[in-house]
Amino acid sequence: MAATQGQPTVAGAVDRHTPLGLTPDDLKRMYYLMVLARSLDERMWILNRQGKVAFVISGQGQEGAQVGSAYALEPGKDFFVPYYRDLTVALTAGMTARDLMLALFARAEDPASGGRQMPGHYGHRAHNVVSGSSPIATQIPHAVGIAMASKIKGEDVVAAAWFGEAASSKGDFHEALNFAGLLKAPVVFVCENNRYAISVPETKQMPVPNVADKACAYGFPGVITDGNDVLDVYGAMKEAVERARRGDGPTLIECKTYRIVPHSSDDDESRYRSKVEVEEWKRKGPIERLRAYMESQGIWDEGYEREVRERALSEVNDATEYAERAVSPDAVTILDNLFGRV
Amino acid sequence: MATKTYREALNEALREEMHRDPDVFIIGEEVGKFEGSYRVTQGLLKEFGPMRVKDAPISETAIIGSGVGAAMLGLRPVVEIMTINFILVGIDQVVSNAAKISYMFGGRAKVPLVIRTPGGGGHQLGAQHSQSLEHWFAHIPGMKVVAPTTPMEAKGMLKASIRDDNPVLFLENLALYNLRGDVPDGEYEVPLGRADIKREGEDISIIAHSRSVQLALQAAEKLEQDGVSAEVVDVRSLRPLDRETIVGSVRKTNRAVTVEEGWMSYGIGAEIAATLVDEAFDYLDAPIKRVAGREVPMPYSKVLERAAIPSADDVVAAAREALA
Repeated sequence: MAATQGQPTVAGAVDRHTPLGLTPDDLKRMYYLMVLARSLDERMWILNRQGKVAFVISGQGQEGAQVGSAYALEPGKDFFVPYYRDLTVALTAGMTARDLMLALFARAEDPASGGRQMPGHYGHRAHNVVSGSSPIATQIPHAVGIAMASKIKGEDVVAAAWFGEAASSKGDFHEALNFAGLLKAPVVFVCENNRYAISVPETKQMPVPNVADKACAYGFPGVITDGNDVLDVYGAMKEAVERARRGDGPTLIECKTYRIVPHSSDDDESRYRSKVEVEEWKRKGPIERLRAYMESQGIWDEGYEREVRERALSEVNDATEYAERAVSPDAVTILDNLFGRV
Repeated sequence: MATKTYREALNEALREEMHRDPDVFIIGEEVGKFEGSYRVTQGLLKEFGPMRVKDAPISETAIIGSGVGAAMLGLRPVVEIMTINFILVGIDQVVSNAAKISYMFGGRAKVPLVIRTPGGGGHQLGAQHSQSLEHWFAHIPGMKVVAPTTPMEAKGMLKASIRDDNPVLFLENLALYNLRGDVPDGEYEVPLGRADIKREGEDISIIAHSRSVQLALQAAEKLEQDGVSAEVVDVRSLRPLDRETIVGSVRKTNRAVTVEEGWMSYGIGAEIAATLVDEAFDYLDAPIKRVAGREVPMPYSKVLERAAIPSADDVVAAAREALA
């Protein structure tokens, strides 16, 4: 690929994206998705603290793992089975800021559920984003089932399930991965290891150092990635998706990352971790890392940064204003969709 | 006598029982360093150490199942499940194991296990965090299911549950944790298996459990303004059910309304209504009315959630129908 030709690069900076098949425009798209996700997420917390919305659960700090993995799937074809921190996965799959704000405000127009489902439990039928669960890990078997259906129907659709490291303590995780291994299902398991199950650190959740180590029990590869390095995650995911599409079965990808915000709007993180620890991880954040890489490749400058920030802010403002003005569902509709109609 | 919150009363019961009996210990998510999702275990890790206040990974089957195992060996585990919704993950350990082991083992092992968990909705926590499932467990022979509604009862019934030799599902409620009330000084127990008349009345019995008792009491006050004297019966123990107190109240008032936050079909009101038909048929002057939650998954939207959960006005309306 010649996309970077003619652009100034920092001396000695290795081009890591071209070998992965990514163009500078891809990097810019990924960067924008992360900045947009972060801006949306920050706005959601403000709206919660203003008393305008009841609940926020978010994945600030995990945007790199999310965009790096979701970007390797084909939107509109593959299935995205996220968990409740995957704002950037939802955006990468094609959901818009308005979609997400309408869900946050529980508006009638919310495309996920018309205000029924919890915010952060991303769902969008047209974009193949599968609505998830508050109790963790239950979506992992769903992704295996979707992959199994793809195989039965003879399609080359790949399903990916996202979850935190805490989900790997659940029976659902073990049963789903075991079954997927047996089926050689076209599924990728993406673990965003953000180090905490609410307050419980990873060392008190599992007796092995890596979630990826658990893959050896299921007969498919477990890969450890630097979850704050978008390109590292993307590379592993690309390979896993290709492997799944070829019919060679699942992969478990662990993204080592960190949640830089409390578990939810109801959490007090000062009870279990220090500000110093959180600040240190903020400096090592995925947005900062991709920005530094893009700068080294001559793809990023201050002007571009301003443009990205302004674009994200105006998208967030538009979504907020739109959703705030939108109407709540009418109480007479309460029984709608209790039973499905095909 | 001192005024305490429901939460503080539970915390005192745990602390006192752990001092009294070295076999009592706690397992759960967030119970140690975080001191409980609802701060019920505040200070206990510091006081009793990590052998007796065990933070667990998010593994409800392992938490409840290991509680069953430890209980069979003679310990008295108090398991905290963050919400009753999460018991579903480990329900096999409760229904098919904890409740049946004594029987299946010919009485050679008992399971003195307490599962503390809050139920109910009203906090915009959506379909999977707002359910009332206590009657599922009240259906199971071998289980005890209790739902204290005052701080005094919270402490006394938790002590009685811990000392009981059988598995007890101990139902709490987010809306009750900050409720204040008098708690007696010194040692006491509130026995399991007994209902409580929370307010005496002559014209109609409103029979409720857990947070719905508050709705019943609010409704009784509104009815009083119309000159109706309502009696409020707090079921308090869903299994064993104190049929005698409930039947006695309706034999006196001749009318009954049941209130529950959960769904009506196959619910607690159904069990109570059937009991009243069996044992107080000749005393009933009107059909028994049931007030319950709308039969939908709990919606997140505040507008829809309000429409889904029964209110004191719904109870008043049902009472007026029974009185008409």
